[in-house]
This record gives sequence, structure tokens and C-alpha cells, in this order.
Amino acid sequence: MMKSKADEEDYWNSSKYNAFTFDDADDELSALKETKKAVNSIGPLLAEDDEEDWERVSWSGEPVGSISWSVKEMAASNQRADKEPAFPKISTETPSLSKSQSGISLSSLFKGKPKGGNLQTFNDVLGDSSLRLYTPELRKPKSEYKDLVSDWSAEETVQRLQQGKGVTLEKFRSLQDKLLLLDLAVAAHDGNAITAVLIYLKRTLCKEVLFRELESRQTALRHFIHYLTESREQRLLLELLRALGRTEEAALLQYKDYKNIADENKRRDFLKSCLSLQFGGEDGNHVQDHYTLLERQIIIEAADRKAEREGKQEVFQKFPRKASILNMPLITTLYYCCFYHYNEPEGTFSSPLNVRQTFKISEKQYFTTALAARAKLKNWADVDAMFNSRNWLGFSKKKSPLSFQRVVDILQKNSAPTRVLQEYVGLVSDAELRIGLAQKHKCHDIVINTYRDMKDRQQLAEYRKKVERGSAEERKIDELLSNQQIRWKN
Amino acid sequence: MAHSARRDSPELPDLSLLKRLARDQLIYLLEQLPGKKDLFIESDLMSPLDRIANVSTLKQHEVDKLYKVEHKPIVSISDQICFLIRPRIQTVKWICDVVNADKAAGKFRRYKIIFTPQKFYVCEAVLEEQGVFGDVTIDEWAFYLLPLDEDIISLELPEFFRDNFLAGDQRWVRTAASALHLLHSLFGPFSKVYGIGRCSKMTYESWREQVEQGEQKARHAEIGNVFLIDRDVDFITPLCSQVVYEGLVDDIFRIKCGCVEFGPEVTSSDKSLKVMLNSQDKVFNEIRNEHFSNVFGFLSQKARNLQTAYDKRRGMDIQQMKTFVSEELKGLKQEHRLLSLHISASESIMKKKTKQDFQELLKTEHCLLEGFEIRECISFIEEHINRQVSMIESLRLLCLLSVTENGLLPKDFKSLKAQYLQSYGADHLLTFSNLRQLGLLVEQQPGETLTVMESKVGKLVNDRTAGKLTDAFSSLAKKSHFRALSRKLNLVPKSDEEYDLRVPRDMAYIFSGAYVPLSCKIIEQVLERDGWTGLEEVTRLINGHEFAVTGADPKSKSDAQRIILVMFLGGCTFSEVSALRFLGKEKGYKFIVVTTAITNSSRLLEALLDNNV
Repeated sequence: MMKSKADEEDYWNSSKYNAFTFDDADDELSALKETKKAVNSIGPLLAEDDEEDWERVSWSGEPVGSISWSVKEMAASNQRADKEPAFPKISTETPSLSKSQSGISLSSLFKGKPKGGNLQTFNDVLGDSSLRLYTPELRKPKSEYKDLVSDWSAEETVQRLQQGKGVTLEKFRSLQDKLLLLDLAVAAHDGNAITAVLIYLKRTLCKEVLFRELESRQTALRHFIHYLTESREQRLLLELLRALGRTEEAALLQYKDYKNIADENKRRDFLKSCLSLQFGGEDGNHVQDHYTLLERQIIIEAADRKAEREGKQEVFQKFPRKASILNMPLITTLYYCCFYHYNEPEGTFSSPLNVRQTFKISEKQYFTTALAARAKLKNWADVDAMFNSRNWLGFSKKKSPLSFQRVVDILQKNSAPTRVLQEYVGLVSDAELRIGLAQKHKCHDIVINTYRDMKDRQQLAEYRKKVERGSAEERKIDELLSNQQIRWKN
Repeated sequence: MAHSARRDSPELPDLSLLKRLARDQLIYLLEQLPGKKDLFIESDLMSPLDRIANVSTLKQHEVDKLYKVEHKPIVSISDQICFLIRPRIQTVKWICDVVNADKAAGKFRRYKIIFTPQKFYVCEAVLEEQGVFGDVTIDEWAFYLLPLDEDIISLELPEFFRDNFLAGDQRWVRTAASALHLLHSLFGPFSKVYGIGRCSKMTYESWREQVEQGEQKARHAEIGNVFLIDRDVDFITPLCSQVVYEGLVDDIFRIKCGCVEFGPEVTSSDKSLKVMLNSQDKVFNEIRNEHFSNVFGFLSQKARNLQTAYDKRRGMDIQQMKTFVSEELKGLKQEHRLLSLHISASESIMKKKTKQDFQELLKTEHCLLEGFEIRECISFIEEHINRQVSMIESLRLLCLLSVTENGLLPKDFKSLKAQYLQSYGADHLLTFSNLRQLGLLVEQQPGETLTVMESKVGKLVNDRTAGKLTDAFSSLAKKSHFRALSRKLNLVPKSDEEYDLRVPRDMAYIFSGAYVPLSCKIIEQVLERDGWTGLEEVTRLINGHEFAVTGADPKSKSDAQRIILVMFLGGCTFSEVSALRFLGKEKGYKFIVVTTAITNSSRLLEALLDNNV
């Protein structure tokens, strides 16, 4: 069932979820701050040696003597030796710290209380450090197994594979034997054994036969694909996918290769070559866009780098580019164009309108990005102009494809001054929401006017306490409260 | 915590045994290469290793220098080198390069590779191919299980998720089974094993075979029951924002191997601080399972108590003061420290969450879970994408939309995907392909799940461009499995009832009372019914592979029968752990969670991006 809007608002204001609201975080946060202050003020007794204790007692988590710490130390000392970039050296106050060795790690965390019965004896066994009971195989390294016996059956062979023991697969020569081996491995659910058999099959069967047999064995097939992916046998993998008619996957796999091409021109050419691949669904269009975008970025980048160097355009001087625009997502590129090339005629590659047109960017998306970019530049005139539309009588009215709440949010995140914010807060149609935003951004006039319109005397009186004493706002509230003409609802 | 907890909860077995076992095995292996040697450690093994051994342990066994595996030429001058690695092709290839480079330079050394938790045949094949098989000795360190706390054990195998569920590679099935086998031989015999999911079933099978091949000594069971569950049984839960303290800390600061690094914004100094988070931290232990809204209250109460305790020393004479300092002060100071740390962390969480409009985000999530105002959720997600807010967060919301709605309408899918690629880059084509393969983000297939009438209505609606009308009809056209499951299992409590988060009445409290995690609900139901009877419809909707088997006959109604090992294959979240702890308290169980890795929405989705391999 659908719920009405009112229901929904109720829902969110009901006590059920109100117990926890990050939006009214201020009160909670200040309470927390109080608590923190209180905690910090406790006990002058401990002031002296506090700092060291942090490190020494149980805390640093990476006590001196821990393995991570030691590896970092090693890396740091190596860095001195061969100047290769390694981990940053961590600060160490070694002398006083040596005591902490056993401070945090290991068994002290979970103090083992031996319990009665069998466990006790088990502990004793362990105490003797004789692990042989549980790891008899460890005595000889596995690699030393020599397979003198080569007459294992298929079942035994798979079982030995499962146990990580040495096997010889060479005796399985007929296709039938090979497939039996594979099917047994699959039946044992052991990926390690399945892949082992597949490696053998790959070596001893021609592609055509192998691919054909795998087609009817989905589990084995997935293992084979994963194996080829991991061992980076791209060519064979592509052949396999094509043989199976999985052209869409093959196309994506080929496309993915662009990541390995660093040079932007080569990358562009590679992307162009991908356009003829058989992608599924809309993916072909997305790849086309990717290509078009990179092509355009290369042009913009070259032009802007030149402009920046020549120093003729003010905007590059005032807001130097932080990074190149190459390989950035489309929306980042649009933002960049709105930032540096906002007023260019539509014919240029870097004109935001042209970008919008070429990539069919939605109105809302375009608006959001342009708004953020112009606000970042603090160009409030441009911001203002974005909302203007005239109706048939010629009156201008502010309109936005984005909710005004969101507009305020974007402006505020770009540190718009209250004067600017106020205008847009006032345009939020929902009264409750408007008050909330106005309070958050200290737009007193809007709060006061809204309470007046709602005829809510109590709230207005309440709000009086929050404004500065003797301010114009306070006077305004006082005037309203003493206004006999208003019919207050409370 | 003020709920009606049952007092007779059984005692947990001592898991620290696992650490000692792993450490002793490692020492044994190091001794197999006598003499001084340098040790190269794979980077993601360092934290787990730190939990069970430290440098002096290694030094005692003649490890000279420690290095991190970095896939570049090495600088070691030792004539014996030991590599401690995960069984990964690329790492083994690097080792081959090292060995071959030495050979070319005429340098002679002894090499040993220790694979953990096990070796794979492919790794040996690489050694063979590269001509170094025989030049290196190979061993396996069966370090399967790392206890992160009294009731959490991790396999520390985050790649389990991607390998198993995305690639369909079952290489870790046997590993999971061996881990289970180890637990069985230490704390078993188990009397009952329940499970759901394809991987769970295979793991069970593989484990059973190992039990058959080995010999089980008759002993007193400490863990009675086991529940295996695949991550893909429930993708909804890990996609939700966590609001219980421990989960929230994980979402924001990322807990790694039971340890969190608090940055300068928390420590209010210029350095960051690594802190262990577990039941040993008394303050943390009391708030970890609490809904975040209760945490402040708890912390200020605690601060007041602390003040009182400190105040006691006023008016003490010298002797009393001496006793106070020697007996109480240290504990108080410790508590004081913990308290200020968690207060600062909470403060930092508040600031971050306020900044990212967490409230609106939660509202959208809750709407998706409840299945109303979907149109508005979609435009919220759209705006999120348009503004290029966090790439992962946008993806998370898209996936949540898809799994709750059983796929997106083709028109929405097309438009949201296009906008996503525009905002975050075209290379996410590969991400979308992965998500589709996994069923996390899909297009609705008309006619597949709909009745004829409904699909007609749906079609009619699709043709309309006006959003408003669609809104009215779309809920009709989309009958998803999640909706059905949610109704069947009552996952979304009625929204008109009040939910007091201070006194949680069910597991929904971990999501502000808005949703009972599906995974934990299934576990609750199966334990209650002692099997799957009556849950046929549920298992059908989840796509089955459920099982319940009885093994060793429980000798008596011992405590062990109320200790339940829950094994999550593919990862579990801290919120799920909290939910199970709550369930345990309610029903008098104790849960031990074994997971292939601790996960959350970011880790889950990051594993599916295509920037590696």
C-alpha cells in the first residue's frame, strides 16, 4: 500500500525514529562535549605521566616489538640504503618503551583458563610443544614427496589432489579418462583439484576439444575462466569466450585493456578500436561516449595548458588548475568547463552547453553541476541568473529543476554568505522544512516571518531567546508579539 | 543493557587455544629451516600474524630481518629466505623472479615458501613453469582461524567472497571445511549441523569427508550445534548502514583484525592511535552492541561514576591514599582513558554523519526496506549520483534498490546506469557487469516474476513518462522475493508502533527498529523449529540448498547444546554479530561467529569493483 505524504512525514516525526536523529545533532553533540569536558577535567592526579602511559600500557595497538612495527622499521632502514619509496617511518620513542613488549598482543588478551577434562590434557600436549599429533605431515616438506607409485585410480588421484599430495596425471591419456578425472574433481567440490585437472587438460588437449567439453560443464568452465584471468592469459580467454558465443563478455574484457595504456593518445586510439566490438545493451554507446570524452579532453587539456602558461586568461591565474582534466569522468569535465569556460559560445569544444548537448546530459544534472561550479567561484550573479525565468506577463520568477532545499545545500557547501542563502531558503515551499533550514543557516527574517504566517505565537516567543539581545531581529519579534492585529493560534 | 536477559547462558569455550596452536605450528615450520633467515610476509598476513606472535617470537627462531612482500626486487643479503604468503599466482610469480634473478647473478641461497592456510596446485604449477620447482621447499601453515574476540573467529580471507560468489571458483570450500574440521576436533563432536546456501552445502560435504577419513576421539563436546550460511542468502543486511556502535565504528574507521586506527580528529593530537577493540576494553564492551543513540547517555553516566570514584580520595588520610593509589587508581586511569577515547570517537562519528546527511540516507534505506515511496528513493539516489557524492555509497543505494525491488525497471536501470557512468567514470561498465552477474544490480525481466495481469499493468506504466502515475502502479508491478520474504518472516515491523531503542524487543533494534536482518532471522527460526519444517516457502524464495543433519548423539542436555557456531561463508557484519548476541541473550544461547572475513557495505562493493586483477 502506498502511504500518503502526510503519513510519511508523521512517520519520520514519530517517536519511533526520532530517538536517533543526526540532523538535530547539535544538542546531542553539545551534551557530548560537556561530558568530554567533564572527563577531561577529572583527576589532576593523573596529569603527570599520562602521555607515556598511552604508549606503554596496553594501547598503541602496534606495540614496539609487533611484527607490523618491525617490518616498517625494516622498510625505513632500507629506504635509507637504497632510496626506494617505502613506508614512512613511524615516530618511536624507543628507550622508555621496551617494557611494553608483551603489553598488548597475544595471549594476554584472551587469558586461557584451562578447563577440566579433556581440554586440560590437550593443553598439556600443547605445552610440550609437540604438535606432531595434529600435524603429522609437517615433518617432511611436501615437495619431497616422490611419486614412485603411479597407478592411482582416478578417485585416488582426485583424493590426493584434495589433500595436497603429489600426483601424476600423465597416465590419464584417453579423453574419457581425462573427463572422468575432471568430473570427479567437480563432484568433490574442491576448486583446487578442479583447477589442477584443468591445467593438465589445457596442456594435453587441443583448444577445440577442451572448449567443447567445458561448455557442458559449467562449474569447470568457471574455474577455467578464473584461472585464465588470474594467470593473465588474455588471448586464450578471449578465444574461449568467443568460442562459447559469449561475445559481450569478450568485448568488455578487451575494452578493459585500455587501463594498461598510459599515453592518452594511444588510449584514445585504442578506445576507438573498441567501438566495433559487440557490446551488450547500451554498453556500446557508453564506450562511444568514453572515446568521445577522452578525445575532447585531449583537445581541452592542450588548449588550457597553453592558456595557463601564457597567463592571458585571468581565471587560470586566480584559480590555478589542480590537475589535468584527462581521464576524468564526464561530470567532472562538465564541472571543469562550467568553472573555466562558462560563457563560451556553444560552438567550442569546451563550452558547457556543447558538452551538455554532445553527451545528452539531463537538465537536472547540468543545473546541479553548473550551480556548484559558479558557487565555487562565488559568482553569485551567475548563480542568480540560473534561476530566472519570465512568465508571459514578464514577471520574473525563480524556478529550479532541483528542489530549493538541495540548492541551499549546494550553495552552503560552497560557503555562500547568509545574504545569498537567505534568498533560496525563502523559496523552499514546505514551511517546516523552511524553518529548519533557516534556523540552521541563521536566516532570522525567514524564521520570524514564517512563524508570523503560521500564527504561531509560542514558537515565535521561543525563538526570541535564540536571537541576539538588542538586535534588529529581537525588535521585530517584539513588534509582532505586541501586534494586536494578528490572530495567534496559540 | 536493560533487557530481560536469561541468566543461564552457557560458558563459551576458550578460543585462545587456536592462537597457541597456530603459533606453535609456525614455530615448528620456522625450525624446519635451521639457521638465520630473512622472512618475507605478505602484507595482508601481517595483522593476523601480529595477533598470534610478535617479533621476539620470530627472533627466537632465528628470523633475522622482516620484510613485506612488495613485488619488486629484494634487498636481503641473507643466504636463507623464507616467504610467508597466501597461495596467490602473482605472489608466487614474484618469488620465481627473485629466485631466477639470484640464479642469474650466481647467488646461492636456500628458499622456503610457507603457504597459509594451504597451498594450491596452481602455485606449484607456476614454480614448475618458471623452472624453480625443486629450488624452493614448500610448506603449509594451517592457520585457518584467528579468534578476534571471545565469540568471533575470522578466517581472514576477504577474497573468499569474490572468488566464490563472483568467479564461481570453489578453491576455498575445502579451506572452510578444514577450518570447521579443526573446530570440530577441538570443541566437538557437533550434534547438529544446519545450513543454507550452495557453498554451505559443499562445505558441509567436504567437512564430512574429512571427518570420515580422520579419527575422532571420544570427548566431551563444548560446541553442540553448527549453522552454515552463505553470504548470498542475504545481501540486504550488509548493504544497510550500520547504526550499532561497533558496526558504525567499522563503517567509518574500518576495524582491521580487531584493531582500529583512530586519526588525529579523534585523538586530538597530531598522531593517530591504534586501539584493540574487544571485550577486554570494558567501556567498549558495554557499548559495542548498543544503538548509537544510547551511546551518549551511557558514556555520560560512566563519566559521572568515574568522577565519584575519583572524588573518594578527598578527605583520605595518607594510608588510605596509599591504598587508593596502589589498588584503584590504575583501573580508574585506564577507564578514564577508554572513556575519553570512545567519547571522542562518538563525537567524530556524529560530525561525519551530520555532514553527509545521514538522516536522509537512513530515511531512504528504510523506505526501500519497507517498499514505499520508491519513486522518491530513486530521485534521491539520482541526486546523490548527480552530485558525485561517494561512489561506493551511490552504488550501495543502487544495489539496495535492486535487491529490495527484485531488479530495476528497464527505464530506471538505463537512466541510472548512464548517470552513474557519467558521474564516476565509464570504466564502471565492468563494475556493473560484475554486479549483474552476482544479481546485486539487475534489470527487471518483464514477465519473469510477474503474473500476466501485473506485467500488463507494468507495461502500461512503463510507457508513461510521467513519474507520478508510475509511482501509484509500480508497487503493484514489482513483487520481489525480498518483499515476500519480508512479509513471510515479518522482517519489517509495522511503522506505526513505537520502538524504544533503549529496550530493544527484537533484533530489529540494530537497524533502528526498521528491519530485522534476514540472515539472523533465518537462524532464529531454524533453531526454534529445530530444522526447516514450516519454512518451505522461505527456502523456496531464497533458492534453497538448505539442510539439517544430526550427527553425534548428544549425551545429555548439556550446556554445549546451547552453544551455536554460526559460520558465515563470504563474510558477516558487526551488526549481524550484535543481532546474534541479542538473540542469544533472549533465548539463552551463546553464539560463536566464524566468518571468512568481517565485512560491511564498502568492503562488499569494493570487492566487486574491477580495479584489481
